[in-house]
Amino acid sequence: MRPALVWLAAALLLLPLLPLIPWAFARGWFFPDLLPSRWSLAAWDYALSPAGGLLPALGVTTLIAALAATVSLALALPAARALGQRSFPGKGAMMLLVLAPVLVPGLAVTMGLQGLMTRAELTGTLAGVTLVHLIPVLPYATLLLAALFSGLDPDEEAQARSLGASPAAAFARVTLPALSPGLAAAWALGFLVSWSQYAPTLVAGAGQVQTLPLLLFAFLSSGRHDIAGAIGLVYLVPGLLVLALASRTLGRGLGASR
Amino acid sequence: MSRLELEGLSHGYGETPVLQGLTLAAEAGALTALLGPSGCGKSTALRIAAGLLAPASGTVRIGGRDVTRIPPERRGAVMVFQSPHLFPKMSVAENVGFGLRMRRRPAAETARQVAAMLERTGLEGLGARRPAELSGGQAQRAALARALVLEPQVLLLDEPLSSLDAGLRSGMRALIRELQRETGTTTLVVTHDQAEAAALASHVALMLGGRIAQEGPPEEIYARPVSAEVARFFGAETFLPGHGRGTSFSSPVGPLALSAPAIGPGTLTIRPEAIRPGAGQNTLSARLVEAEFLGTATRLQLDVSGTILTALWRPAEAAGLSPGDIVQIHLPAENLWRLPSA
Repeated sequence: MRPALVWLAAALLLLPLLPLIPWAFARGWFFPDLLPSRWSLAAWDYALSPAGGLLPALGVTTLIAALAATVSLALALPAARALGQRSFPGKGAMMLLVLAPVLVPGLAVTMGLQGLMTRAELTGTLAGVTLVHLIPVLPYATLLLAALFSGLDPDEEAQARSLGASPAAAFARVTLPALSPGLAAAWALGFLVSWSQYAPTLVAGAGQVQTLPLLLFAFLSSGRHDIAGAIGLVYLVPGLLVLALASRTLGRGLGASR
Repeated sequence: MSRLELEGLSHGYGETPVLQGLTLAAEAGALTALLGPSGCGKSTALRIAAGLLAPASGTVRIGGRDVTRIPPERRGAVMVFQSPHLFPKMSVAENVGFGLRMRRRPAAETARQVAAMLERTGLEGLGARRPAELSGGQAQRAALARALVLEPQVLLLDEPLSSLDAGLRSGMRALIRELQRETGTTTLVVTHDQAEAAALASHVALMLGGRIAQEGPPEEIYARPVSAEVARFFGAETFLPGHGRGTSFSSPVGPLALSAPAIGPGTLTIRPEAIRPGAGQNTLSARLVEAEFLGTATRLQLDVSGTILTALWRPAEAAGLSPGDIVQIHLPAENLWRLPSA
């Protein structure tokens, strides 16, 4: 029953993506054919060539997403700890404030930041794009970690302190290991959020930082569905990986709770 | 071994004061119990002693040294929490060696000490297990081993028996007493159970309303409470207001003979098990209101001219009695205690 549910969820998520495959491997695909009449790897040849730019874009996107996820975790940890483990006046308002960047369209924020970024000579740089990606990534990371922290017993860390651990050692030896599965999930979520950014990258990157979504959109808007299909398949990989890992842990979790 | 002194500790959560000038000393090398009802602030006091909480005012001294501002990892006091809090990702041996590793002791020495402590606490052979694979009693012993292996100046135990089943308590109690005696570690135990405090400690401090109401050997608090609140906490239920005239005391149940002279208004109290059946000193005639069979004892509510006295008799002594019966009871003079305060 439960594996069936997981499979159903996977099918619902994956079926809409299927047309990408014929596009990526077709040599012409015209109405009313159900499948392309001829197959080829020409789209891949082009996408992987220097002119196609798939490989550099893949590298840049991965680097930015990994950086954004890592930096946001480091920044989110102290805030999430306070939100998750302490009660203080105005906590609800603080939660809302943390969530605000997700509620406000990222493009608007980026546009607003552009002047500042140009003055700081960050526009068009990898660092600039990473920084802008933190705007949507950080709220997710903070709220997810806050939920993790609220599930921890603060006495566990207190016990470590009483046994002789410095604050840093207690955090590293006791709190971090307890958080580690959640940290991995938060990192993956942050990676995916950064991975899928389009408009902020466009504005902050000023055409100098070419990520996969930008490349994908460029080929789509110029009508090259075959190349877009090939890039689209590559673009899906991290999401599918996370889905596979999540369904495994989820399956295990469901199994354990029986 | 070092003396632990808490002096004038005050602390509050928000508007609610929890500690109001708490002063308490745990003598060097002795086992002291801090006793009090749930929510009286005794755990707060223990956390302050451990350095896990800063007091609003007051001083904590260990071996004469002011440690009020010293962080927990450097004050020589180790606290064991109510639930064992074994670190789940470490083995039992790694848990017990945690503090030694934090103190950067050589690995070989740590391994030897951990093995010895595991054996001493009856956990030999369990070092490689995960905490989740231990029983409740084993986990509590591992938590105790983890603290004692550090040979702390002061050991702080927060309700060490309350997470255990009744059957495991006496074993754990004996282990705590034994280890404390062997190591001579100054120990402060927090508990809400007066019987547990009396069984564990030679010195008991009863905490009521954020400060110490009475302290001393448990037998003394038991027999000579300083106030009705203290007497009530230790199970007294009978209080007789009246007037002392030398060795006689006029009370609602009639004149009572005292073993020590008392002059002026006051309140007498007598423990339920001290009210005896039959005739003797201060014999009274009582009507049985209710008898409650408790297994090892029977609890009786006795009406003496409108005043209810609570007695605790052996079931055989109360056998055959039913509500409405008139019974003869007596109150031995040496068990009548006049409360020093009103």
